[in-house]
Amino acid sequence: MGKKNKIYLLIFAAIIFALPAFLRNNYHLMVLNVAALNILVVVGLNLLMGYAGQISLGHAAFFGLGAYISAVLTTTYGFPIWPTILLAMVITGMVAFAIGIPTLKLEGHYLVMATLGFNVIVYIVMIQLEPVTGGPSGFSGIPRLQAAGFVFDSDRKIYFLLWAVSIGSLLLSLNLIHSRVGRAMAALSQNEIAARCAGIDTERYKVKIFVLSAVLASLAGSLYAHYLTFISPGTFSFFYSLQVVTMVLVGGMGSLWGSLFGALLLTLLPEALHAVKEYNVLLYGLILMVALVFFPHGLFPGIAAVLGRGKISGSPDSEKPLALNKGT
Amino acid sequence: MNQKILEAKNITLRFGGLEALNGLSFSIDPHRIVSIIGPNGAGKTTLLNAITGVYCPDSGEFLYRERQISRLKPHQIAALGIHRTFQQSQLFSRMTVLENVMVGMHPVTHSGFWKGVLHLPGERKEEKETRQNAKNLLDFFGLLPKAGRMADQISIADQRRLEIARAMAGNPELMLLDEPVAGLNIRETEAMGDLILRLKEKGQTIILVEHNMHLVMGISDRLIVLHHGSKIGEGRPEEIQKDPQVVEAYLGR
Repeated sequence: MGKKNKIYLLIFAAIIFALPAFLRNNYHLMVLNVAALNILVVVGLNLLMGYAGQISLGHAAFFGLGAYISAVLTTTYGFPIWPTILLAMVITGMVAFAIGIPTLKLEGHYLVMATLGFNVIVYIVMIQLEPVTGGPSGFSGIPRLQAAGFVFDSDRKIYFLLWAVSIGSLLLSLNLIHSRVGRAMAALSQNEIAARCAGIDTERYKVKIFVLSAVLASLAGSLYAHYLTFISPGTFSFFYSLQVVTMVLVGGMGSLWGSLFGALLLTLLPEALHAVKEYNVLLYGLILMVALVFFPHGLFPGIAAVLGRGKISGSPDSEKPLALNKGT
Repeated sequence: MNQKILEAKNITLRFGGLEALNGLSFSIDPHRIVSIIGPNGAGKTTLLNAITGVYCPDSGEFLYRERQISRLKPHQIAALGIHRTFQQSQLFSRMTVLENVMVGMHPVTHSGFWKGVLHLPGERKEEKETRQNAKNLLDFFGLLPKAGRMADQISIADQRRLEIARAMAGNPELMLLDEPVAGLNIRETEAMGDLILRLKEKGQTIILVEHNMHLVMGISDRLIVLHHGSKIGEGRPEEIQKDPQVVEAYLGR
């Protein structure tokens, strides 16, 4: 995936893991923990949007499936936590497969419709299936994560776990997009006919990437459930699906670093805007609008272009292109 | 050895009421340049789309090395060794020249999903070889100095060559070229003619769809003439030039 990416990732990880030493306030850590989970969902969704050219408006449902499967099986039925998280990922993956097979064979954006409908159905089931899910009042008493006797029972303790998973998934995703399969995916999102005539089974790759992104959302959901020990349907409504799509767009479609940026920004921004009280929603919307008007391809590639332009015009070596968007 | 590479048997393809291809039969010998010519709307590009599985014929069949391929999908046909270029350049414009060729090597490389995700040693080795082979190919096509440029930031002539390079990267047995000199000037057209001949010398079998008669007559071993989806002539260039039916189709009576 290139030395540069590795170095950036190392620097980022170093900053993230050093941060708790400077943050005394547990609330700040909690916000960052939520950001880590959002990154997990957004990175997966960006693989789908940026590399398979498809949009899902149902990622909240996959996030929710992970959370509820984990919660119900471990709490009600006493399943062991870690294997249950894996089981939730498998089940969610199978559900995504069942949705993806018929819709991704069709040309056009049928996946959006299917996932949108699926999200609504899952949300209704969470509310109505009260004996199992606890209904609108939520599901509580979910056991905390533990490993070898160590219980992740504080924001500070679980911070390292969540960020390790999050950064790890970013690393693996970067590996993927810089591989043969990643190139094939980028090709199919740019020119599907040409990709097919170059021997790429575009349908299969689209389904695979959709399943992968659903599985990552499921993992994030399970971790969320065992972290907060309480979940309720509201978290997994259609609005969260929209929110993660917005994070992908603001960060930059097809740019995994952008996803990191977008998820962090949109998770932290509302917190930062608490200071302006009733104006915070207004300001939040304004910032989003400005970002998308001036950086339609996303903040991250946009800012990188602005920074890069200065460099390139100054050097005679204009052979080097603005190597943006190509999976950085 | 001299087995036919491709045989078309009675191919018919309709778009609604319009018969785009009408009972078309022909065969292609290996290591030849066979050109398909005909007036606009004769069905030339439709034929290429039918061979490569983009369209599915309503009746008739294509045999590739005696194997029936007319019900296969484009990626399966490409994997068997039939590659093509397009009339309008269909490059991956947000990738570099080198990456375009690397995508073209998809059918001859193997690293799958998990190998890519985990970046295993086998995957790293194959990736290195892929990169090197792609560079060698770019060198053959004279595009190596532009390997790092974005595909949409090179000249039209270079884009046309890059499309051929990308198609060659999958190591095809049969190459279909759809108007490779459209939009090129005389000098670039000559260079393209030389390039196609060099590919033939390397043993490549080529089906060429082209309007530039100078080029077609100069490099083709055989011609197939289409008119309204039917074959109205077939033979060596000098035979076709004298064929009264062909002259009529082009010039009118």
